[in-house]
Amino acid sequence: MSAATTPARTGAGAAKPGGAGRTALRALQIVLLPILLIGLWWAASIASGVYYLPTPGEIAATFVEVWGSQRLADDVLPSVGRLFGGFALGTVGGVGLGIVLGLSSRIRAVLEPVLEFFRAIPPPVLVPLLMLFVGVNTTMKLAVIVSGCIWPILLNTIEGVRAVDPVLIDTCRCYGIRGRRWLTTLVLRSASPQIMAGMRQGLSIAIILMVISEMFASSSGLGYTIIQFQRTFAIPEMWSGILLLGLLGFLLSVLFGFAERKVLKWYNGVRAAARGE
Amino acid sequence: MLDVTGLQKIYPGQHGDVEALRDLTFHLGDGELACLVGPSGCGKTTLLKCIAGLMRPTSGSVELAGEQVTGPPRDMAVVFQEYGRSLFPWLRVRDNVELPLKEKRLSKARRRELSDEALDAVGLLKSAGAYPWQLSGGMQQRVAIARAIAYEPRVLLMDEPFAAVDAQTRADLEDLIRTLWKRFSMTVLFVTHDIDEAVYLGQRVLVMSSSPTIIQDDVAIDLPDERDQISTRGEHRFAELRTRIYAEIRNASQPQEAGKQQAAAAE
Ligand SMILES: Nc1ncnc2c1ncn2[C@@H]1O[C@H](COP(=O)(O)OP(=O)(O)OP(=O)(O)O)[C@@H](O)[C@H]1O
Ligand SMILES: [Mg+2]
Repeated sequence: MSAATTPARTGAGAAKPGGAGRTALRALQIVLLPILLIGLWWAASIASGVYYLPTPGEIAATFVEVWGSQRLADDVLPSVGRLFGGFALGTVGGVGLGIVLGLSSRIRAVLEPVLEFFRAIPPPVLVPLLMLFVGVNTTMKLAVIVSGCIWPILLNTIEGVRAVDPVLIDTCRCYGIRGRRWLTTLVLRSASPQIMAGMRQGLSIAIILMVISEMFASSSGLGYTIIQFQRTFAIPEMWSGILLLGLLGFLLSVLFGFAERKVLKWYNGVRAAARGE
Repeated sequence: MLDVTGLQKIYPGQHGDVEALRDLTFHLGDGELACLVGPSGCGKTTLLKCIAGLMRPTSGSVELAGEQVTGPPRDMAVVFQEYGRSLFPWLRVRDNVELPLKEKRLSKARRRELSDEALDAVGLLKSAGAYPWQLSGGMQQRVAIARAIAYEPRVLLMDEPFAAVDAQTRADLEDLIRTLWKRFSMTVLFVTHDIDEAVYLGQRVLVMSSSPTIIQDDVAIDLPDERDQISTRGEHRFAELRTRIYAEIRNASQPQEAGKQQAAAAE
């Protein structure tokens, strides 16, 4: 019977990345297209000579200059902080409410129509309203972010909770697993693939709304700064802001990917096993 | 110990109701090892779920140690037919085995001891750190069995637990169940479709008819208590018993007549 454990071992070993050659190849694959695009841009901006299209070199220089020190602390970090805050609140709210709704078909029947209505409202239109009610402050900005990113998280959580395997539910009942352990070991873990999918969507919505929440009547933040550059025709500065947003989104997506792989290691394993790998 | 009286279960459905169990009555004594055989779809799983308190019967009752079963009783472990789906894929094998023990508030050392013992008994101690999806079907089934025996239940229900294991492992597990049953004096109800297995394992074999389901026969297995895979299976009495049960099951496959006969006999 000891021999039977060997396939498991080799399976785990094969999942590890290959040699240095493979890593180098992968790195090349990642940077190849960006380099090509930057080259194209360069050629285009030099050839056209249009004022609105600065060269990548100019943008890079401006980037360091604009976002180097003061603005990083004054505008960028507070924005990113609000982004994380709003996303965290949206996740807690979406997962919490999603579990309640996923578990109880009665509550779902009552709340679903109302939720569909609120979900249909595009969050940016809430900005003027929230400005009137709570004023132009952090609370308003967080509320805008939450109002957008909560929906995919909520809906995916409901779906995930409803899809918990009935055999596992019976197993928990039979072995007396209930309360907090039931919630964390059974419900949350088995809904985690859907929750993570919802969070990924929620994160990109949160970034968009972080910018939008700062575009109206604000006096600081990433969104505000970019709008300000645009209004004053500070073109390279504006481009550098867009570049910063792109990089921010990319970085967050990579970080999220790391977390996702860790949390859903079991899920990817199950799927690979089902495919017969 | 376990009293099943007039048990009936009807599944309501859109295309008419399904009567999975018609009228089951039997008694299991404390510490008895009984096997349940019957054709596929006759309601074995349904019966087990009613006994485990996972499902309410339409009528009739299940009593455990004199108390009506309305929800899952304490000290009862179940090995589900869908063994693969009954393991938590996000927990390693050992954590799967120890999870119910945590709920029992056993100390870490004691949990470790019980899981080591149970995993060793099913020959999976080396796979304690693997995830269930890294194991073969038969190994997953053995994890589910290990989880049930580590729980130290007073009543153990098993639903075709050896369906996915090879003949040698199966023989080992059969002997393991008998050893554990004697050691812990559990009451065991063991569902199988393998008649030889039922005769080899049980003190009693309950034969279920096909739908509409009743207990068609209750055969006492008067083989010596010490059983051995080779000599017991070679005994003349073993062959007699299996022939008798085999004939019963064949009867059961002609549902209408068997049902009528039995109904007539019951009245
Ligand atoms: N949830 C359900 N809803 C409706 N009908 C069901 C349900 N579960 C089982 N049945 C029906 O009840 C009958 C008995 O099913 P059950 O699973 O108890 O049989 P079984 O004896 O365990 O079969 P097998 O040996 O194949 O495992 C079958 O006819 C089945 O179609
Ligand atoms: Mg069954």
